[in-house]
Amino acid sequence: MSKDNLDIKDNNNLFKEERYVQQRENKKQFEAPCSEQETAEALAYSKSAEYMEKNFDRKSVVINPHKACQPLGSVMAALGFEKTLPFVHGSQGCNAYFRSHLSRHFKEPTPSVSSSMTEDAAVFGGMTNMIDGLENSIALYKPEMVAVCTTCMAEVIGDDLNSFIGNARIKGAIAEDFPVAFCNTPSFVGSHITGYDAMLKGILSYLYTRSGIQATPGSGEGTGEKLNVMLGFEPYTGNFAEMRKILNAFDTEYTILGDHSGNYDSPATGEYEYYYGGTKLEDVPLAANALGTLSLQKYTLKKTQEYISGTWKQEISALSTPLGIKGTDKLLETISEMTGLPIPASLTEERGRVVDALMDSHPYLHGKRVALVGDPDLLIGLIGLCLEIGMEPVHIVCSNGEVDFNDQKFKIEAEALLASSPYGSEATVHIGKDLWHMRSLLLTDPVDLAIGSSHLKFAAKDADVPLIRVGFPIFDRHHMHRYPIIGYQGTLNLLSLIVNTVLQQLDDNNSGFNFELVR
Amino acid sequence: MGLDIEANKELVEEILEAYPVKARKDRQKHFQVSTQEAIDCGTCAVKSNIKSRPGVMTPRGCAYAGSKGVVWGPIKDMVHISHGPVGCGQYSWGTRRNFANGTLGIDNFTAMQVTSDFQETDIVFGGDKKLEVIMREITEMFPLAKGISVQSECPVGLIGDDIEAVSKKMSKELDMPIVPVRCEGFRGVSQSLGHHIANDAIRDFVMGRAELAETGPYDVNIIGDYNIGGDAWASRILLEEMGLRIIAQWSGDGSLNELEVAHKAKLNLIHCHRSMNYMVDHMEKAYGIPWIEYNFFGPTKTYESLRAIAALFDETIQENCEKMIAKHKPVMDAIINKFKPRLENKKVMLMIGGLRSRHTIGAYEDLGMDIVASGYEFAHKDDYEKMLPMLNEGTIVMDDPTAYELEELTQRLGVDLVGSGVKEKYVYHKMGVPFRQMHSWDYSGPYHGFDGFKVFAKDMDMTVNSPVWNLVNKKEKIQPEGASI
Repeated sequence: MSKDNLDIKDNNNLFKEERYVQQRENKKQFEAPCSEQETAEALAYSKSAEYMEKNFDRKSVVINPHKACQPLGSVMAALGFEKTLPFVHGSQGCNAYFRSHLSRHFKEPTPSVSSSMTEDAAVFGGMTNMIDGLENSIALYKPEMVAVCTTCMAEVIGDDLNSFIGNARIKGAIAEDFPVAFCNTPSFVGSHITGYDAMLKGILSYLYTRSGIQATPGSGEGTGEKLNVMLGFEPYTGNFAEMRKILNAFDTEYTILGDHSGNYDSPATGEYEYYYGGTKLEDVPLAANALGTLSLQKYTLKKTQEYISGTWKQEISALSTPLGIKGTDKLLETISEMTGLPIPASLTEERGRVVDALMDSHPYLHGKRVALVGDPDLLIGLIGLCLEIGMEPVHIVCSNGEVDFNDQKFKIEAEALLASSPYGSEATVHIGKDLWHMRSLLLTDPVDLAIGSSHLKFAAKDADVPLIRVGFPIFDRHHMHRYPIIGYQGTLNLLSLIVNTVLQQLDDNNSGFNFELVR
Repeated sequence: MGLDIEANKELVEEILEAYPVKARKDRQKHFQVSTQEAIDCGTCAVKSNIKSRPGVMTPRGCAYAGSKGVVWGPIKDMVHISHGPVGCGQYSWGTRRNFANGTLGIDNFTAMQVTSDFQETDIVFGGDKKLEVIMREITEMFPLAKGISVQSECPVGLIGDDIEAVSKKMSKELDMPIVPVRCEGFRGVSQSLGHHIANDAIRDFVMGRAELAETGPYDVNIIGDYNIGGDAWASRILLEEMGLRIIAQWSGDGSLNELEVAHKAKLNLIHCHRSMNYMVDHMEKAYGIPWIEYNFFGPTKTYESLRAIAALFDETIQENCEKMIAKHKPVMDAIINKFKPRLENKKVMLMIGGLRSRHTIGAYEDLGMDIVASGYEFAHKDDYEKMLPMLNEGTIVMDDPTAYELEELTQRLGVDLVGSGVKEKYVYHKMGVPFRQMHSWDYSGPYHGFDGFKVFAKDMDMTVNSPVWNLVNKKEKIQPEGASI
């Protein structure tokens, strides 16, 4: 563009101008602000051990939690199936939030509708909304299946999805044979991963039951010698591609149960189509005959795993997000065991290349103290990766880990994993804690790096620690979700992210004499 | 520019044919094609502020979003509890970009998510006891917080919790204003009722509670500017340059004290009339403070507004105003000279919340662009009546348009630029249609005032004229040469 003197400044630079700085000072006379001294003292206090103690003592208030609510996960699960329209039964604001939140992460549209319940539905129930909603959404958006989940409103008033959908058929709002899967997703139980699980199980069981097929696992009927694979609440579209690459290298047949990568990585062609990719509906009942199911998020997919092993009587291999060399080794060994196929040479070679890369980079990462935030399965993977490069996980926060005293399997596994390595000796796993707890941890017991979602950026900034964005949601960086973080390739991607952050830091903090060319 | 009225009426009818009969009859009431007669008399037949049809992809949100997300959330020195399950607070956390000065978590709590994270037991036994504990814990965690607001989510109203009683009791115990806001998401039909409820809470719990050390003849308030991308700062600087003294800024970068002293102003200046009209009406009745709506989008509307505001004051202010306009006009003209040739006659479709579909029209027109369709998510009758006179004949006016309707209109009208929200944004990227996210300025801004218009003009040029749109494999473009289409 031609040079001109128009001096167009965006907000980053405009408000640094002296006239705006003065305006800010002038405005204070009407704000009745705390004095600078008070603010400085409060800031220092908030960084103290005394404050941390109070912070960890709080019982009821939750500050900056790292979790979302159930139906958000449910919408993601529904979009994993071919031509399936997510339908959120409850007040419409929830659906607007799910659509915005998911779109902000993936930078992609999220087609989803709501039954738009208001005060009258709160009193009389939402059946009319359900019936009208099904009729309208099918006419407008032409799905081949609708997947209904609930909001906390519908749950509190006790709407009965099964009978409402049945009544919609009786009233002729939807065809007798039009598939409508459903699940209950109260927002006051669990989190987004619970909701993902509920909808995946809802869809699998619904399509299986209505098909009338009897499960005969491993029979090969209609399936060949297929393997079922579930990735779970998966914020990385790249992970689907990586998983396909691995399975194709094995030359095994497989069905991915719940594949939203098409919907969240669709091409710009000049036309928008509402539905892209997804697991084919007819593949679901046949999946009951597969030789086994591989789950890559065992903590997320609890109910679905129970359903598959219970009703389909299938062998389940449940792993956590396969990160790092050992995590990927475990994945490949598991696939090999389940299919009886050998681990392909191409993957062994890839392993060697990535191990080579880890060797190249390890001096910059060894002994780096790390804070981790994420969902349970991701955290297990990340801890494993850190330990095998010689990084030291120190603070681990999982807002949606099981807090029930009798059911802390995630915490127990994470602690055992940490105990298995000298690099894990300093780590503490905090379940049911939030990012305000993490802020105290980062300020009182500093680390070198933080790994987590965009929401961690506030605490990381206060502690002056670089944040490596991994997980969900990533709102403030582009295209991260397109690059896999699982498998050997994913390990290489994460390694590049982490080591280059450290190298950038070295350059940024150089003293002049050590602004070095070669690292 | 005149559009074909009859053709556009037919177009709307055709698009609505996809609906089942009942929904079609309903949706028809939400459209109007502007005619000279309607423009002249400013009456609008469009039905608004009524329920969305279930099962359509409505752009609308809920009352909680209107109260916490828009009105209360930006008040920086109070802690706003998202009271109920975890989701609502999480989704509204920092996403509206209400800029505020201060130290986050110390004396500024805007970009935070403070929630009661309701569990099943809270639903069964009620959340009132827990709410008390939360309030005490907030004062422990945030000793400089000036007050607390309770933003209720759906279950709170459904299970019959008495947040008013808890707030009253705890306000006394903690010696700070604690404001219960009954903005459960199922109330009303959109964000709009949430604005109203939020305004009523300001009226009932904070208005008139503090005094100004000294008042002056030029004391005014900025009402209904949420400081998205720094809008309120870019507006305030002009009003101050003119000689006015802004004693309160609602609610972007706002503080409790500003809410409490605003009743001492001589005049209310309201930008987002939709979300805060309740407030200026009340202040006019209760305190005799007159109000004027202003529009700082685009130089034409900004000059008009500045002069209209100045006219309510003495000659000093009026002279300052003219001087200021004379100073800024050459810069604004230069911006227009640069960008207008690149944007002239481009067709724009707008579908934004409750104000900007009308307020931004002038800014597009300053750049020579034509509005071919304009609609609101959650506006009321008066918004449509104010919008109509700003439109050309044949423009399609729409209320609460669904995703399906917007997509059809874009294609059939051959729209060159769409301005709407993040839920819509990526659909247009698939379609290869230039798009700006006009709820939070697509992470740019400010757009208000003279500094803002520069950014606006540059952003619109960048969007409409980006070479990336030409890379899309639109169907007609991938035909091999010589092939018949």
